[in-house]
Amino acid sequence: MMWRSPTLAVGGTILIAVITMSIAAPWIVPYPTTEQHMLDRLKPPGARFVLGTDQYGRDLLSRTLAGARPALGLGLGAVALGLALGVPIGLAAGYVGGRVDDLVMRVVDAMLAFPSLLLALLIITALGASTGHALLAIGVANAPGVARIVRSASLALREAEFVLAARVRGERHLYVMFGEIFPNVLAPVIVEATLRVGFAIMAGASLSFLGLGVQPPTADWGLMIREARQYVFLSPWPLLVPGTALAVTIVAFNLFGDGLRDRLGAT
Amino acid sequence: MTRYALRRLASIALILLLVSVIVFAAVHVLPGNAATLILGEYATPEAVRTLEREMGLDRPLLAQYASWIGSVVTGDWGVSLAMKQPVAAIVAARLRNSAFLALAALTVVVIVGIPLGTLAALRRGRPVDLAIVTATYVGVSIPEFVTGLALLLVLASPSVGWFPTSGYAELTSGVGAWARHLVLPAMTLTIVLLAHIVRQTRSGVADVLAAPYIRAARLKGASTRRIVLRHALRNALLPTITVLALDLGYLMGGIVVVEEVFAYPGMGRLIIYAVQNRDVPLLQMCALVVASVYVLANFAADLAYAWLDPRIRYS
Repeated sequence: MMWRSPTLAVGGTILIAVITMSIAAPWIVPYPTTEQHMLDRLKPPGARFVLGTDQYGRDLLSRTLAGARPALGLGLGAVALGLALGVPIGLAAGYVGGRVDDLVMRVVDAMLAFPSLLLALLIITALGASTGHALLAIGVANAPGVARIVRSASLALREAEFVLAARVRGERHLYVMFGEIFPNVLAPVIVEATLRVGFAIMAGASLSFLGLGVQPPTADWGLMIREARQYVFLSPWPLLVPGTALAVTIVAFNLFGDGLRDRLGAT
Repeated sequence: MTRYALRRLASIALILLLVSVIVFAAVHVLPGNAATLILGEYATPEAVRTLEREMGLDRPLLAQYASWIGSVVTGDWGVSLAMKQPVAAIVAARLRNSAFLALAALTVVVIVGIPLGTLAALRRGRPVDLAIVTATYVGVSIPEFVTGLALLLVLASPSVGWFPTSGYAELTSGVGAWARHLVLPAMTLTIVLLAHIVRQTRSGVADVLAAPYIRAARLKGASTRRIVLRHALRNALLPTITVLALDLGYLMGGIVVVEEVFAYPGMGRLIIYAVQNRDVPLLQMCALVVASVYVLANFAADLAYAWLDPRIRYS
């Protein structure tokens, strides 16, 4: 079914490649990711270092391959956290309705007034910079957007026959929310989540680029670009190689998400 | 219209209040309070307690919030811990610089984006459309710091040297120098924003072109040029206003990274400085200002939309 839609096919193929890369990285890297070759610093692509080296003579191919893992981990982890927080809030607001819905949605609107990166920065200031805190911060920043989508989808189902039937049967509210409504709002949630992974990866890379996410010497795309910045006029490769990996991964998630949206008919 | 404006104003006021609560809560409720942030992890408990008393952190949260929001509203924004200067003065200067950047980017986006989107809609499914859609898709998927550094590499390398690699020149030192410092950061923001506006204009124009009144205009014998400029764009561009307001929200986040790349002294760089130095009073006010600008921009967009399209006011 996937192959009939070009966006799904292209996005899906790249995603499979990136995921494979992130799993297989430790076994397929030509050099250890932190091994320094001091005589081969800032080398362009060549026979020994296929994609060149960075300012410490570390192999760019190895570091870029290994960088898939923190990027995917952060993107998927943050979105999972965003879903874990946003889905129950959205379901409850949509199902209960009335005053509760009004109040919850005003708070969600207020949180959406912050650019998500700023919300993440506020949280990181309180907690300190690390990979875990970056994941937590981006996850929390994703929650209000998720809650909004889930709420509007479940609001439409509030008076649906099958929901009323479950209530008449005397089912508990929690069961009606998660057992009856949630399965029926799954399609828009999946689409939203896929698109959000791309943005979460971008936000995570931005935090690392700002020195507030993944810390050295870990091989991470955002961090690699941060370190490449100073030397960009001496050698563009330490910027271009991880930059391309990052862009291709984000494009893939966006393509896949848009393809899913068309396929599932969600808005 | 007045009734509509008042109703919107009431909900905006509530949202602004909640925004201030979030800013306050982010710093005061999360573990690691302001006193620990200032003194560092290795401070003795006594030192932390003394500072807490001085800053009033030992009082109930509600009382702390009330006195904080009271002084914010009366214009007393406190003193930056790291810069030792009044926060209000610092923020005012940086906000002005960021406004230059945001205005430059938005202007270019409107001038370039609307024609591009219209062109794509008119040539739907043709190579031109495909090229425009693909280019904007890629543009929005590349993080700003990669786009910015790539532009830097191409347009500001020592061998080319068209633009300065970073920094800012005051207007007083000449419009030329000022504008040259603005080009690269504004261009970086433009590339991301173009995608939004092109996409919106493209689908807006395409929808309107399928409407019966456009068919009528065509049958009347009007030229395509006249149909697009006089009949289609006027209706197709209404939702674009909302997209522009939302883009201002994006810009407020985008400047954080872009200003850092080009060492441009605006709000974004100030926010990073505040985060790195754990300058809580400065960060709180920056966050409050940024979120308020976004909320007010949306309010303005709602009003403009309602003014241009009377149907909105009565729904």
